[in-house]
Amino acid sequence: MNIRESLIAILVLGICVFWALADGAAAQQGIGSALRLMTPLLLACLAGLYSERAGVFDIGLEGKMLMAAFTAASVAYITGSAWLGLAAGIGGSLALSLIHGLASITFMGNQLISGVAINFLASGLTVLIGQNAFGLGGRTPALTGDGRFGPITLPGAEAVADVPLLGPIYSGLISGQTILVYVAFAMVPITWWVLYRTRFGLRLRAVGENPASVDTAGISVTRLRYTAVAIAGILCGIAGAYLATGLSAGFVKEMTAGRGFIALAALIFAKWRPWQALFATFLFGLLEAIANLYPNLDLGIVVVPSMFMNALPYILTVIILAGFVGRAIPPRAGGEPYVKER
Amino acid sequence: MGGRPAAAAPAAIELRGISKAFGAVQANRDINLTVPKGTIHGIIGENGAGKSTLMSILYGFYKPDAGEILVGGRAITIADSQTAIRAGIGMVFQHFKLVQNFTVLENVILGVEDGALLRPSLSKARGVLKQLAADYQLSVDPDETVENLSVGHQQRVEILKALYRQADILILDEPTGVLTPAEADHLFRILEGLKAEGKTIILITHKLREIMEITDNVSVMRRGEMVASVKTSETSPEQLAELMVGRKVLLNVDKTPARPQAPVLEVRDLTMRDAEGVERLRGISLDIRAGEILGIAGVSGNGQTQLLEILGGYPEKGAKVGGDVRMNGAPLPLSGSGCDAGQRRRDGVGHIPEDRQVEGLIMDFTAWENVAFGWHDAPEFNKGWLMDNDAIRRDAQAKMERFDVRPRDCHLAARNFSGGNQQKIVVAREIERNPDLLLIGQPTRGVDIGAIEFIHKQIVALRDAGKAILLVSVELDEILALSDRVAVMFDGRIMGERLPGQTTTGELGLLMAGITDTDHTPAEAGIPPEVAHDLPQGRA
Repeated sequence: MNIRESLIAILVLGICVFWALADGAAAQQGIGSALRLMTPLLLACLAGLYSERAGVFDIGLEGKMLMAAFTAASVAYITGSAWLGLAAGIGGSLALSLIHGLASITFMGNQLISGVAINFLASGLTVLIGQNAFGLGGRTPALTGDGRFGPITLPGAEAVADVPLLGPIYSGLISGQTILVYVAFAMVPITWWVLYRTRFGLRLRAVGENPASVDTAGISVTRLRYTAVAIAGILCGIAGAYLATGLSAGFVKEMTAGRGFIALAALIFAKWRPWQALFATFLFGLLEAIANLYPNLDLGIVVVPSMFMNALPYILTVIILAGFVGRAIPPRAGGEPYVKER
Repeated sequence: MGGRPAAAAPAAIELRGISKAFGAVQANRDINLTVPKGTIHGIIGENGAGKSTLMSILYGFYKPDAGEILVGGRAITIADSQTAIRAGIGMVFQHFKLVQNFTVLENVILGVEDGALLRPSLSKARGVLKQLAADYQLSVDPDETVENLSVGHQQRVEILKALYRQADILILDEPTGVLTPAEADHLFRILEGLKAEGKTIILITHKLREIMEITDNVSVMRRGEMVASVKTSETSPEQLAELMVGRKVLLNVDKTPARPQAPVLEVRDLTMRDAEGVERLRGISLDIRAGEILGIAGVSGNGQTQLLEILGGYPEKGAKVGGDVRMNGAPLPLSGSGCDAGQRRRDGVGHIPEDRQVEGLIMDFTAWENVAFGWHDAPEFNKGWLMDNDAIRRDAQAKMERFDVRPRDCHLAARNFSGGNQQKIVVAREIERNPDLLLIGQPTRGVDIGAIEFIHKQIVALRDAGKAILLVSVELDEILALSDRVAVMFDGRIMGERLPGQTTTGELGLLMAGITDTDHTPAEAGIPPEVAHDLPQGRA
């Protein structure tokens, strides 16, 4: 982590602490909301990380999440089980991943075009099938009971609820989230460990930097890249399922609302590294939470209109993509299909 | 050639009747080759002769259409690189297959990790590397990131990779193309050490000197066929060159002594700092007169590229350039609006850039479009507001005729020509405009012998027409054969100037390494810049 990144981190954490001191209850509510809102971003960001670290650019995170949200909500509604919904979400997302893999690995097509196509495909298919199946204008019926992932109270949360500092943080923030939030956060150290401590991670990073080195070492570039794309599909599937069955109660047309692209921006912000991805997505989650909590933020001198607050995550995305966070060097073989040279 | 293995010891590698075609192109035709164990075997041939294809077959990249491969006397099918590695074959490619941002250790274990976790493999590899370093003079810092290593050290990592995979047969594809003479010597000592340990080495090269220096046997390939296999001690460079091209070649350029006239280019104290603040040129002064060729020798990366770019009118972005450059007496702007490649062309500077595929051509554009580049606004190429494409095509076709570009089809994309013919397109474009000063960078890099001969003749002809030529090349033989004067660059300075007839490759090699005759320590080991400025600027 360099100085610039550390400064941004300190600034953001400082804002959180300041907020907590100024208005404890609001901060608890806001940061808790930020954790929930960042969960799909984090999962999609890590999905992109696996895929892009292996050299396959994935602009279709959005579409995969959307497809997963739809299949998850539909199956959860029909079966009444959030878990079956999750499985269906992963399945829907994996199917799109397979298309992306076929187009960009097997047929050596353009990865950006394939990703865009996946986004369009998901956007159209979800509404079309949804309207045909449920007749609600592309929505799925609202989920209730076991059709949704409910909050989990962690052991000891009630016991420490009244302890100052620890109570609000442990009982109010950490405890009481749905299982998928914990899964998302656990994926960060797991991803780091897989990437830097395992054989698979070494090969994955190598194939995104110089696939020829992997090929000449006698390892299949195709198999590695398919594996990475499949992992991306699974993570996007969890993200989409969380959107429809955890964060909300059912699928709504275009419910991902650009989260896949924000996750991509966060991935660039994080320079394709897992811990930085956690931080970057937290920043986006926090902005979204603040916008939800204070639609018209009164700074004393001026009142910031709600449109501006809602636009903040997108403004930040533009700033990041414009390169204000320093040079982000993507994996060197990213975007290039591997063609064996003579 | 094609002999059966001796009954006593089976050959390390024996190929019988290997053929491979890509579409209509027969890359390898009925190749027989026997490489005895514990020898260094050279394979030599022009570009496109099929050497690389043959080695790719040995390393499992391609499946041969016909033929048999025997390793250690046993027939095997090499379906993929993994099989080749298991059979004890290691390959050092011309373009290294290293992961730039990995450490040496990570690169070495990639693909041969001992388990799902990295830690045990890394510590084992650390021990093995230490042993290999001691055994074969192959020391490299195992924890250094590869992108921070010099090219010579990166090549060592490639050799270490092969040895770590317990290769008994090591194939090296053009290994010295990127090395300094000293690094190449070191490589040869390593190879001799490996041979002494009983390893078998196949050396692919187009440099006859290396073949003569280090190999035991040599096989010559021409147009996909193995035309001869001989003992190195029983052949000569002239014979090998003849076998390669199928006719006698002039290794020395036939030229008369230069008749230099008035100075065309005068460079005084040229300095350049790049955007990162690194000093790339530290006070270059040189003169080139009409009718002479000034050769700049040096290992690549010592400021030659920057010199060419500044003279060509396109210094690196953000660079600070100082000094005085005059062309026919008038100052050439080194920055600002007058400093652009187009203006330089109008001022009579032609430029054959070092990297034809990046700076010389647009690979996906046709030959005729490429011939027009830089001159697209010339009156004869334009009709009013529109380009006269017919005129350009006629012009391109004529140039291709005169420069014997094959195939003679100006509608073909530049990418579809061989390296030598691509270079001929660039050379034709620049020389046919009759520039007063021609800048040439690496004119024959990756070009086959026939084309080299042709390009060299064109350069000499331009000189004889009274033009000034600045020739930058990392090939000492080329510099010595073409130049009327030779300047050696090292670390952004001219280390000295020599006359080609009165110097040796040994003397130039020392200068290229930053060692002057007055001081036998490398400059990088501590000659302060102010002293280095006072080094002799040539005795010529």
